[in-house]
Amino acid sequence: MTIIPNDFSGYMVVVKQDCSTCTLIESVFAELDATYSIRFYSQDSLNFPSTVSDVIDDTALEVSYRLDIEIVPTLIQVQDGEEVARLVGWKREDWRKLTGMKQLGESLPEFSPGCGSKSVDPGMPEKLAYQFGDTQLQARRIEVADLEDEIELAYERGWSDGLPVVPPTEDRILRMLSGTTRSPSEIVGIIPPDNVPCTVEKVAINAVMAGCKPEYLPVVLAAVEAACIDAFCMHGLLATTYFSSPVVIVNGPIVDKIGMNWGINALGQGNRANATIGRALQLVIRNVGGGKPGGVDRAALGHPGKYTFCFPEREHDSYWESLSVERGFSADESTVTLFGGDGVHGIADQHSRNPESLTKNISMTLRTVYNSKIVMAADALLVITPEHMRVFRNAGWTKVRFREELSKHLMISGKELIRGANGIEEGLPVHLEDATLSKFRPDGLLIVHTGGGAGMWSAVIGGWAASGDKGSIPVTVAIKS
Amino acid sequence: MRILLDPTGELQPAYRERNPRPTSLEDKVVGLLDISKARGNIFLDHLDEKLTEMGVTVKRYRKPTFARVAPVDLKHQIVTECDLVIEALAD
Repeated sequence: MTIIPNDFSGYMVVVKQDCSTCTLIESVFAELDATYSIRFYSQDSLNFPSTVSDVIDDTALEVSYRLDIEIVPTLIQVQDGEEVARLVGWKREDWRKLTGMKQLGESLPEFSPGCGSKSVDPGMPEKLAYQFGDTQLQARRIEVADLEDEIELAYERGWSDGLPVVPPTEDRILRMLSGTTRSPSEIVGIIPPDNVPCTVEKVAINAVMAGCKPEYLPVVLAAVEAACIDAFCMHGLLATTYFSSPVVIVNGPIVDKIGMNWGINALGQGNRANATIGRALQLVIRNVGGGKPGGVDRAALGHPGKYTFCFPEREHDSYWESLSVERGFSADESTVTLFGGDGVHGIADQHSRNPESLTKNISMTLRTVYNSKIVMAADALLVITPEHMRVFRNAGWTKVRFREELSKHLMISGKELIRGANGIEEGLPVHLEDATLSKFRPDGLLIVHTGGGAGMWSAVIGGWAASGDKGSIPVTVAIKS
Repeated sequence: MRILLDPTGELQPAYRERNPRPTSLEDKVVGLLDISKARGNIFLDHLDEKLTEMGVTVKRYRKPTFARVAPVDLKHQIVTECDLVIEALAD
């Protein structure tokens, strides 16, 4: 929509009374008004400038928004409805040149900088973009009654994971959308379990509720995109009575750019990006996909990571190639990897100073994933901390070497695994008694390096019993801007 | 008036009607769906036997894996061939 009439030729001036430069040059406005066809737009007071015959009300800031005014005063020269020149602030020579009035502002200082336009006050660009711009959000509007509390409303409508959510207002959503170049109407994926096409806008709404900053949105979008990949089997992860839920691992330059925590307490609370990105994914699945506990989510126990479970790899001082590089991406590419995982299980080892010993110890815990008598079922995510990494670095063990040595310790005799062995009914069929079996399927063990510099504890995050082709396969996607 | 934007898939109709329950199994085709959970087939074998004794036509189906939703083709086949379906859900 154009704001300048087609037949208008002359000058337009946008001012506000609450600007020392605008009040300083009030006499200039009178000189211009006496000479030319001028339109004066005031952002705050209709009695300002008091020196001119007519002031147009722009307290709603529509004209300022449409003319893209950032500074007042702004002087715009118009010919046949088209802007041909623009000045901001007060610089006498420039104003004289543009208006052709050689004596303009004779008694005034030569220069005075302008003030910020009210249309660029904090939060205002988003409000104006929503009110007057082309960005029309499509989501259904929910009116909040005067006596109603927005956070309580979110609870009552079932939008919350149990913790308070940030109310998804239009201005917050528009601000969130400024974190991506993608169109709000673009479909990110089909979200299970209801198989609903999910737009960038819907992701942004849930990211607002989760507490994300706009710069986290590309990571959330990538996580949602990954969750929609068929191989990840999000529907099954949700529907299972087992614990599993998406664990989000972030790699690449975006980690430090948005301030994620790869140090002390990397898997715990306290960092906004780690906490809210994982939560945003869960809220999208809950709200857009319709996946709620007691509905399609049938977990017998679940685990605390179902609120949020997101952390980055500690890449800068790792001796090993990162998870994303291992999975075929370049080190300067930012990625999100989703793993269908349970809670965190610690691996303590304060005595191993040689890699053989430490590897064997790690394998003992890995053998317990899902069930110590079941193999080739659940995948696992092994989290190595810096102090354990030091043991491998000192010995010159690459990640490939570690994997090779570890896999030897994860070959298990069927005698230990069959039903009835060790007095336990659970186990593998008896005909496998003489077989030697690998604990994990090929590609079934993911390894990352993260955490604080002190503490000889690593961790294993067990996967879903239905890992691999029959269920969930970890997926990695590149993060787009 | 404060406004919030709906974060949901906006799919929820106010009320969704169930299909009418059959009053009898006479002349009906009943599908038995095994989702590949352990021993589901044993449960369905018993149902098969009972229903067949009652003179009901029974058809058997199986999902490739319980962990994933049923393939579209399978769902379509069941819908076109059966009046009712009984699913053995858990082990």
